Amino acid sequence: MTCDDTKLLMHAYLDDELDAAQSAAMARHLQDCPACAASYGLHGRLRKALAQPGLYHRAPDALRERWRLAQPVARPASFQSRRAPLVYAMAAGFAGALLLTSPAWIIVLQQPGADSNPVVAEAISSHIRSLQVQHLMDVVSTDQHTVKPWFEGKLDFSPRVKDLASEGFPLIGGRLDAIDGRSVAALIYKRHLHVINLYQWPADSTATAPPEVQRHGYTVIRWTAEGMRYVAISDVSAGDLKQFVLAFQNDAGTPAANPPR
Amino acid sequence: MPADLHVMPPNPDSVRSARFEVLVLPCLDAAYNLARWLARNDADAQDVVQEAMLRALRYFDSFHGNDVRVWLLAIVRNTYYTLRTKTPQSGLHESLDEDTHALVDEGPSPETLTLLAVDVGTLQLALERLPSPLREVLVLRELEECSYKEIAAITEQKIGTVMSRLARARERLKVELTCRPKEVRRHDL
Repeated sequence: MTCDDTKLLMHAYLDDELDAAQSAAMARHLQDCPACAASYGLHGRLRKALAQPGLYHRAPDALRERWRLAQPVARPASFQSRRAPLVYAMAAGFAGALLLTSPAWIIVLQQPGADSNPVVAEAISSHIRSLQVQHLMDVVSTDQHTVKPWFEGKLDFSPRVKDLASEGFPLIGGRLDAIDGRSVAALIYKRHLHVINLYQWPADSTATAPPEVQRHGYTVIRWTAEGMRYVAISDVSAGDLKQFVLAFQNDAGTPAANPPR
Repeated sequence: MPADLHVMPPNPDSVRSARFEVLVLPCLDAAYNLARWLARNDADAQDVVQEAMLRALRYFDSFHGNDVRVWLLAIVRNTYYTLRTKTPQSGLHESLDEDTHALVDEGPSPETLTLLAVDVGTLQLALERLPSPLREVLVLRELEECSYKEIAAITEQKIGTVMSRLARARERLKVELTCRPKEVRRHDL
């Protein structure tokens, strides 16, 4: 590699956009040529200078509010990364403690029709995000005996996994997600071309939530069974989602009896 | 167990606006940052973003890609250039003359090294002096951390063009920072 080549390729090298062979050639050249190495160091520093947060212009709050108000939909509790980081888990512990000590709060949150129910809002935004390409599944399998073991060690509970293909709801995979401040298992089912997300985590209270809500065109059905909390969400018709829930509940006790697909 | 209830079909409009808020609104900072660097003042940047968001909402059904941010930034950029053509008195017209901005390597001088320890204000002015084709590519790469492929998609250029523009932009910025510090101060006053 000559110094002339370097002038252009050095920048792609800085940006980690060169292939392995070119990178190696560039590294060799930078070792041998002090002039190019100096220039490289300079541009590296320039890049660092440009990364100063003071140069980034964030949207003014007024603009953001205008777009929130123009779109009156449930505000997801957070836009945090889909995979809950450790601090999030710790925050969840705190939130859990808060919930235990404030029973009145639970009732307020689960008022029928309360538009601010965080679980419903989070389930909706999580569902929407999951539909983005490459966000839907961490483990892709129609076999419940592949999906269930995949969750092992990733969660502090063992989710119930079953294929419902015979009922018209084939299992297509699973994913880790975060709802209500904790890591949850998400199972993904299909209904024709629609996606159904089924979230589950250990129930921490026996409070009864309104079983079914319609919000922004999505149907959300929540129930508790055998110590587990379930939230099913989809844009299929409410009737179809109810059928799905019934199918899941019907053979709740006998997941192993279903032959893998 | 779910109780019986009225079965009603999903309302497509509200599904759409829920999707829009969840997917597009988190990219508002990115949209504003690009608009602000292109327009170089707050009022124009807000106009550009407002118009771009309206367009995004209008064309949201046609979004089938996998990266909302890239899609939205392309709209912001197009909106900016469209609005700019409509207001020629702003005198912002500038074309990138590939000869004037040819890739030159001045070689690092001792002054360069010290001047690169520059404050945000100096960097901001230097960056604002770059012609917009160079400025946008630097903002997308360094502030928005887009890959070459993403920049190519946003600016509708080939990846090779992105690479050479970025090289030119960095060289030019380096020159701005080393050769014009006195002018910067005059400009400030």
